Amino acid sequence: MKILVTVKRIPDPDESLKFAGNAIDTSSSKWVANAFDEYAVETALRMAEHIGNKDRLAEVIVCSVCPKDKRQHVTQFLAMGADRGVIVDADETAMDSQTVAKLVAEVFRREGCDLLVSGKLSQDSEGNEVAQRAAGLLDLPQASFAATLRWDRGANALTVGREVDDGVETKTIPLPAVVSVDLRIVLPHSVKNGATADDHKYSDGARLASLRGITMAKRKKVDVHTPAALGVTPSSHVAVAGVTAPEKRAAGQIVDSAQTLVNKLITEAKVL
Amino acid sequence: MFDPTYTEEQQALVDTARKFAAETIIPVAGEYDERAEHPQEVFEKAWALGLMNVEVPEAYGGLGLSTLEGCLISEQLAYGCAGIATSIMCNHLGCLPLMIAGTEAQKEKFLGWVTRELVFASYCCSEPEAGSDVAGMRTKLDKDGDGWRLNGQKRWITNGGYANFYTGFATIDPSLRHKGITGFVIERDRPGVSVGKKENKLGQRASNTVDVIFEDVHLTDEDLLGRPGQGFPIAMETFDKSRPMIAACAAGLIGRALDECVQYAKERKTFGVPIASHQAIQFMIAEMAMAYEVTKLLYSKAAWEVDHEVKRTSTSAIAKAMGADLAMKVTTDAVQVFGGYGYTKEYPVEKLMRDAKLLQIYEGTSQIQRMVIAKNILVRG
Ligand SMILES: Cc1cc2nc3c(=O)[nH]c(=O)nc-3n(C[C@H](O)[C@H](O)[C@H](O)COP(=O)(O)OP(=O)(O)OC[C@H]3O[C@@H](n4cnc5c(N)ncnc54)[C@H](O)[C@@H]3O)c2cc1C
Repeated sequence: MKILVTVKRIPDPDESLKFAGNAIDTSSSKWVANAFDEYAVETALRMAEHIGNKDRLAEVIVCSVCPKDKRQHVTQFLAMGADRGVIVDADETAMDSQTVAKLVAEVFRREGCDLLVSGKLSQDSEGNEVAQRAAGLLDLPQASFAATLRWDRGANALTVGREVDDGVETKTIPLPAVVSVDLRIVLPHSVKNGATADDHKYSDGARLASLRGITMAKRKKVDVHTPAALGVTPSSHVAVAGVTAPEKRAAGQIVDSAQTLVNKLITEAKVL
Repeated sequence: MFDPTYTEEQQALVDTARKFAAETIIPVAGEYDERAEHPQEVFEKAWALGLMNVEVPEAYGGLGLSTLEGCLISEQLAYGCAGIATSIMCNHLGCLPLMIAGTEAQKEKFLGWVTRELVFASYCCSEPEAGSDVAGMRTKLDKDGDGWRLNGQKRWITNGGYANFYTGFATIDPSLRHKGITGFVIERDRPGVSVGKKENKLGQRASNTVDVIFEDVHLTDEDLLGRPGQGFPIAMETFDKSRPMIAACAAGLIGRALDECVQYAKERKTFGVPIASHQAIQFMIAEMAMAYEVTKLLYSKAAWEVDHEVKRTSTSAIAKAMGADLAMKVTTDAVQVFGGYGYTKEYPVEKLMRDAKLLQIYEGTSQIQRMVIAKNILVRG
């Protein structure tokens, strides 16, 4: 079993936005790993590990489209426990989701993977597209927004609890497949791999990189490809027309009684 | 050359330690402090993440991190709770005499042990009548046939009640003063080893501090660290190498005090404005930031000197004394910034102040550090 996990670097979402003309200025941004990708790697690791045993049930490969010298997020996930990495050396900020999905699909094919796990979205553009597009390109079954996941190794299938608008939909898909994960996949009992005891309680959230993991990360193998070598020509079906900040909210007023409020809603806001 | 920048990998180590402090230490620190209880669950998690014994060489199953890296990690742990940090760092203190003077067999046995499972090591130097005056120790090592007999009482032994083994010092003849000091390492379950009273402390209460008593404990030559009478330099080298860690702990406390004060000063209003608008508060906060920078730079330099085997005694002492004194000042000011609330256990700053005080006492008091610094200037030139 080979699990490919997509991981992305994003400008630190805790920093305040800066603009340069018609675009977001990331020149001084601190780049961090996308949080949903942490959940994706955690999911893959929970599937791969047989707690209480030394054997691994899967190889976990993290894959990122990024400039090859801006790979701190990849190293971070190797430190967390992924077995090796694949980098597609390119400026991903200039690419649309379709191009990224094509690159990911090609890596998936060449590696002969059985499962693609992605975060449901990246916190910068919140596109929520790569997993679904990759599934289409690979012609594989998919389950997006996974909140729970059970791996039935006998049947070579995954049963996924998907968080949808009106509740949780449970669906079983055969492998190979594509899964995108949501926040609750990292709750202590969300992932079961059929080998680790079903009642095993994982710690809440994505695990911290252990110090040994951190010191070993640099020694793990990372292959670097170019889009050209993968036979993918960047397309741009989507172009950015412009970026503007939302308008600042005008200062509110504090009123002294419900009566004044109603009067103001009638006379000033004219909404009643 | 000393270069005060940190690598990506060092940042990653700091990141894990910081998140561990935030998620695992800070939520429980107050309770363990109040109950003066050894937080075993925290140590289990810290050990599993690799946050303990970080400097044990790879040959013995450790990570072989540098002293600088050990310090960066200690700072983050102390940000969470200085008492818990002290108990985590104590394993390093307990292992240092082994790393400095242990035989291959001793290193394999004890250093291999701390990396294989969660065990505690204590460092037994101080005694009821001999703290600052290390050479005045009375714990006695007498020749006994082929081996030795150990008798005496050690005091203020961090983690002593939970230790699986002790490194320590005794004298073969008190009249020889420092020339009689001899190092040893023994397991806790040796007949004649017992644990005495537990101290009820002002601060760092989650850290266990007890008396350790040796009554006719039988030792062989294999239990000695270095040669008889040559233990004093081992004790001094241990302090040289552990003091940067105390300074790192000071930086953690200062950083925590600063963060708590910045947050509170923006929220708390007096005379219609946040107290952060009052210049008197701003100055205290500015001085906290100054103290943080100074302490961080000093411990980094002291640790760098340990890592690069340059003459380090003076810088270690300067970093430890400066860091401890600044931590005491800053945490006292932090209580001031919080006013009446700062004096209560509802807010974390009173604990910072209580915890900081110990930094001026253990591993050589602030006065002893000044003696060391002055001696380096005046005597050795
Ligand atoms: C919580 C805690 C944990 C500890 N953990 C350990 C441990 O794990 N292992 C261990 O071996 N020890 C440990 N210690 C002991 C610690 O190192 C000693 O307390 C310290 O060295 C001071 O010794 P003392 O308490 O005997 O004070 P004293 O030496 O009696 O000093 C009393 C005062 O006199 C001052 N003074 C002493 N001599 C001079 C001088 N020549 N000139 C000027 N001033 C002087 C001191 O600075 C101090 O202010 C711990 C102590 C505490 C409180």
